[in-house]
Amino acid sequence: MSAHPVPIAHPMHELKYESISPSMGRVGMWAFLASEIVTFGGVVCSYLLLRLCHPEWIQHSSKTLLPIGAINTVVLLTSSLTMVLAHHSAELKNVAATKKWLACTLLLGLLFLCFKGYEYTHEIENGYLPNTAVFWAFYFAMTGLHGLHVLAGLVTMAYLLIAIKEDYRLTAVAPVGLYWHFVDLVWIFLFPLLYVTTQGA
Amino acid sequence: MAEEMNHAHPGFIGTYIFSRDHKMIGKQYLFTGLFWALAGGFLAYGIRQHLAAPHSPTLGHGVMSPDFYNTVVTMHGTIMVFWVAMPILIGAFGNFLIPLMLGADDMAFPTLNMLSFWTFFLSSVVLLASFFVPGGAAASGWTAYPTLSVQQGVHPINWGQVLWLLAVALEFVSMLLGGVNYITTPLQMRAPGMGLFEMPIFVWMQMAASLIFMLSVGPLVGGAVLMLFDLLFGTGVYVPEKGGDPLLWQHLFWFFGHPEVYVLLLPALGIIGEIIPVFSRKPLFGYKPIIWSTIAAGILGFIVWAHHQFISGLDPKAASVFSITTIIISVPFSIVIFSMIATLWKGSIQFTTAMLFAVGMIAEFIIGGTTGIINGSAAADVYVHDTYYIVGHFHYTLFPTVFYGTFAGLYYWWPKMFGRHLDERLGKIHFWGTTVFFNMTFIPMLLLGLAGHQRRIADPTIFPLLRNVQYLHVIATYGLYGMLAYQLPFCWAFCKGLVGKKDAERNPWRAATLEWLAPSPPGHGNFDKQPEVVAGPYEYSKPEEKEDFIPQWKPQEAL
Repeated sequence: MSAHPVPIAHPMHELKYESISPSMGRVGMWAFLASEIVTFGGVVCSYLLLRLCHPEWIQHSSKTLLPIGAINTVVLLTSSLTMVLAHHSAELKNVAATKKWLACTLLLGLLFLCFKGYEYTHEIENGYLPNTAVFWAFYFAMTGLHGLHVLAGLVTMAYLLIAIKEDYRLTAVAPVGLYWHFVDLVWIFLFPLLYVTTQGA
Repeated sequence: MAEEMNHAHPGFIGTYIFSRDHKMIGKQYLFTGLFWALAGGFLAYGIRQHLAAPHSPTLGHGVMSPDFYNTVVTMHGTIMVFWVAMPILIGAFGNFLIPLMLGADDMAFPTLNMLSFWTFFLSSVVLLASFFVPGGAAASGWTAYPTLSVQQGVHPINWGQVLWLLAVALEFVSMLLGGVNYITTPLQMRAPGMGLFEMPIFVWMQMAASLIFMLSVGPLVGGAVLMLFDLLFGTGVYVPEKGGDPLLWQHLFWFFGHPEVYVLLLPALGIIGEIIPVFSRKPLFGYKPIIWSTIAAGILGFIVWAHHQFISGLDPKAASVFSITTIIISVPFSIVIFSMIATLWKGSIQFTTAMLFAVGMIAEFIIGGTTGIINGSAAADVYVHDTYYIVGHFHYTLFPTVFYGTFAGLYYWWPKMFGRHLDERLGKIHFWGTTVFFNMTFIPMLLLGLAGHQRRIADPTIFPLLRNVQYLHVIATYGLYGMLAYQLPFCWAFCKGLVGKKDAERNPWRAATLEWLAPSPPGHGNFDKQPEVVAGPYEYSKPEEKEDFIPQWKPQEAL
């Protein structure tokens, strides 16, 4: 700041602050996730209310690919496990193990998106477009919004894989892990709502 | 984050454009917000000019068509709420003041903060662009109710509405990113000795506002995605004949829209909560009750939204529930307002311009609050709903909040922001002119509404019923001319306040909170030395003390 030459008497690392016990990154991530919870919560509640008024949606919802959805659920749940292992390694300051588990999580996330892409292709080829019925509008909006969150998580993990060093960004694994578990949790709601409740029609 | 905060010389671009310094980001928000205030004010002129004389030309457009009038009304509301009120009250004041009041060197996540502003800037560009697409900007009201908003116009895709949705969604993302900072910074970066209940009330209010915003806006973001689907892919989530439900949008919108009112009100209450104790030389009355009331109101604020929908086909049983919660919520806000008034009681009051605007805000807001009780009661609301009474009511709540709050804050913190004082004489002219003409503009609207004048009519003269109240429109329009004219002294003071010698002292108002320990204006890193907190934020006029105030900071030897 050449405009206002006031010296910084204390470098940042000498400053001491009053704070609550979780780390800065975690508090920030929880605040962010609070807003994410109501975002997905709002869409899920809207879907539920309409779905309860429209039993006939079942003829559309039974067209979703249950086996692929089930496999994807397993893939995403497993990626949460590898994320926990990455977080654990980061706490132990083991850079190599952190990177290994982050890479596993990244690959599982990619696998999830591949399956999702296959599903979308299958549905579009069979004529189930967003404007086919309100169910499909919700289906594409909800899984699409979720898919974007998966993608954002993957980009962040790719960055961490490159950036992490012994003394750099290791603490970022915890908040990213929180985020990833949240993305996983959203899928746990979407899967039964969009795929499972519809079978046996 | 810590190791990145000490870039020695960020250069021109790093200092003024892609700045990560909270003070510069605050100023960026301030100037962008004030630019939009000019645009929103010009649209207000368009509305009033057209209503007073529907068949004569409006400056810059000629005679307005009803469709264009709808666009002007829509964009006036949208701009004033999302591109003026939020960026200035939260983006500008919150960014500039929170770290300073906490004794911190910056926000918790400076890069996120920069991203927040530039997302906001992008949303501004998208909103501006929406004026120039085929079919013009959005025209379905600032609430964008379907089915009107998802109807196809003459063009196959309603681009104005699409860009409106995108711009609003981007603005929300920007405020969400900012909110992460406004919540994390006070929790994690208080100067040594400052407990949560030693934070200035302004910081509490900003935190509460951000939390309310972040917990309420999500459903509308989801709903906006669904509306984009309706507009772009021809789905029918909000279209009854395609199996959807237009009421769904109203619920999603007002679940956010009502808490949004408090998102705007709380920062303004925070601003006057700082100003009134300083110029009364008295501690803030009821610091903790104010905080608890704010929290109570924040929670209650989530269960009042359907009072906007009393005539939308809401079940009467639900209407009574929402009436009751709505009337209950006036209790915590009354506590806050009475505490502000009680702070004045027997104080040594100095009517600086900042103090005038602070007291003015309370006076005008009380009119807004009490007219709201009538709308909150379902039975009474049926009569006044969607009339000019509502327009009068919400302008009596939002104008004092947004503009009086902003002006009070600017006259008070300008020395800290820019190192100079705003001209007090011009400021007093500004205050009295604005106040007289503000009432001249909006009292007629309350009367128009009680006379049964519906609010979304482009040409009232074609209704015989309304001909004998047309004179009220004319009075309101003259009122607006006066109000706009009396912003000129402010513009002049504003320009004068940006140039010349920086001669402001560190603590010109003899205030106790930490921002007044920093240089005026503070440099990168804010303080000469990290402050240590030894007192509460409002220790004024203690009888046993020699000085009439005890600063929050432990005295530091001069550098």
